[in-house]
Amino acid sequence: MPDTPGKNAIEVRGVRKVFGTGEAQVAALDTVSVSIRENEFFTLLGPSGCGKTTLLRLIAGFDFPSEGEILLYGSDIAPLPPFKRPVNTVFQSYALFPHMTVAENIGFGLEMLGKPRAEIDARVAEMLKLVRMEKLAKRRTSQISGGQQQRVALARALAPQPKVLLLDEPLSALDYKLRKEMQIELKRLQHETGITFIFVTHDQEEALTMSDRIAVMSSGKILQVGSAREIYDRPAVRFVADFIGETNFLDASIDSIDGGKAKVTLKSGATISATVADGFKPDGDATVVIRPEHAKAVKGTGDISGVVENVVYFGTDTHVHVRLDDGETFTVRQQNTRGAMMEFERGERVGIVIGDDAAQILKD
Amino acid sequence: MAKRFSIKQQTGFTTIAFACFFLLYLPIAVLVIYAFNESSSVSDWGGFSLRWFAAAWSNQQVVDASWRSLKIASSAAIIATIAATMAALATTRTRAYRGLTFKYAFINQPLMVPEIVTGVALLIFFAQIKISSGYTGLGYLIAAHTAFCIPFAYLPIRARLENMDLTLERAAADLYATPWKAFRRVTLPLLWPGIIAGLMLAFVISLDDVVITEFVKSGGQDTLPTYMLGQIRRGITPEVNAISTVFLLLSVVIVTLFFFMSRKRD
Repeated sequence: MPDTPGKNAIEVRGVRKVFGTGEAQVAALDTVSVSIRENEFFTLLGPSGCGKTTLLRLIAGFDFPSEGEILLYGSDIAPLPPFKRPVNTVFQSYALFPHMTVAENIGFGLEMLGKPRAEIDARVAEMLKLVRMEKLAKRRTSQISGGQQQRVALARALAPQPKVLLLDEPLSALDYKLRKEMQIELKRLQHETGITFIFVTHDQEEALTMSDRIAVMSSGKILQVGSAREIYDRPAVRFVADFIGETNFLDASIDSIDGGKAKVTLKSGATISATVADGFKPDGDATVVIRPEHAKAVKGTGDISGVVENVVYFGTDTHVHVRLDDGETFTVRQQNTRGAMMEFERGERVGIVIGDDAAQILKD
Repeated sequence: MAKRFSIKQQTGFTTIAFACFFLLYLPIAVLVIYAFNESSSVSDWGGFSLRWFAAAWSNQQVVDASWRSLKIASSAAIIATIAATMAALATTRTRAYRGLTFKYAFINQPLMVPEIVTGVALLIFFAQIKISSGYTGLGYLIAAHTAFCIPFAYLPIRARLENMDLTLERAAADLYATPWKAFRRVTLPLLWPGIIAGLMLAFVISLDDVVITEFVKSGGQDTLPTYMLGQIRRGITPEVNAISTVFLLLSVVIVTLFFFMSRKRD
């Protein structure tokens, strides 16, 4: 989908960020370009050290790119100091001012912008209501819980009505249940305020459930940008498939390619069809990627076969770990339905049926 | 019942601790007690009296020396604390670079160089200035005290800055605070206990100094410690005890005030 010019809140153009000098030089960001649309919930996803936080810091202004431009609604903000950028950040550690009350924290940005007292008070009241913290306005930030601190940090960053809100792994310090609540809360806040959110996380589940679009990053590069569905169903490269969700990898040889489709022969001798990622021209051998839920374990023969190593019950579904005859492992995830549950025993021989369109051939 | 394992419970710890306390506080207690002695001996008790406090109070030399000490200590402490705050900001709000350790050592130099060396050096240095400028006021003492007070003010301020979460300043900048506003509204309020601690430490160190003062002072510029030292040479009366007791009380009051102030802030 081509990006409509003028509709982009942030445009990152050819940004490189190099740390250190000479031999010890490391490129934290290696020529990254990405467009973030107005009003979207955009996530930078990747393992630690992939450059996602560096990119966020460059947009916030805590660091400056070695090369490239960062456009905010068309104007380059890359050389501006943070206090001159209409962009606010929610920090991983929240960074609430400990010597101020909740209300003073929320009003800080507006105060620094020189807004009149009456306007600040009205806006702070509005923000307190938005994050449901009205009753704790006079509290010190040390007297409230982690989840409440999180809300204050959000309200403080939203109060000056930034053009873009940056969120640096804001949920990582919360326990599981609170994190789930805050995920919904964040979506609600983004919807109600209509502000563009750029969210940084290493948690793929968080990224999939919350984002309009996701950029998957690794070693200073953006590997793929797309909706949760696109990233999960049509990973562009092997790293993306591996990082997002569970994946099985099988070695295969390519028999024929016709457009985006290929016929491949697995080591077991079975021939299956596989889709080929756009613009990728594999020849000879290839790695085939299959999601655990796109394969089925059966008693009898399938496309491939092996011995059950372990069966893990997850409530909604069951994972069957199979040691294939060629020594590789393969995981199948089956939905648990009442009555029609297929039981597998450890050590039992099973066949695995790979569905049509389940297999994909990816670039390494 | 077996004793619970504890690093603190080892043979002799309690004894050593008590011995240290006695060595620290017993002489001070004796000093304070004899300040109230009726007789003019610092070792024979002659009954309770406040006469030595009165004697010190009406001794013009003591009063002059006290004022001089307070003037020098407060000026030196304030100047040293401002310089130390700036030095602490410059040495903590930066990425580590070659030469930073050297800078620490440079700032803390008065802690390492023997006072007597500094004293002699300043004596010679200031003597030349005195001759060429003709100025013989308290400025020399204030300058000398400021110099050796800086590391004492610097250390607590730097410790406070190092423990401060840097993202707080970043958050202020993110919320449109210019560097000066971020300093005034976020760094300074959080740094305040460190600054007060540094100021107090510098004040007490200056108030207490003998060696450098002895070398640098011009005639008639006795501070309280150098005056007391001079008196002792001529034989001690409980007047010295009385002056010491008043100073002890003053420092206890300052420390207590600071304790309550810092507790309220945190």
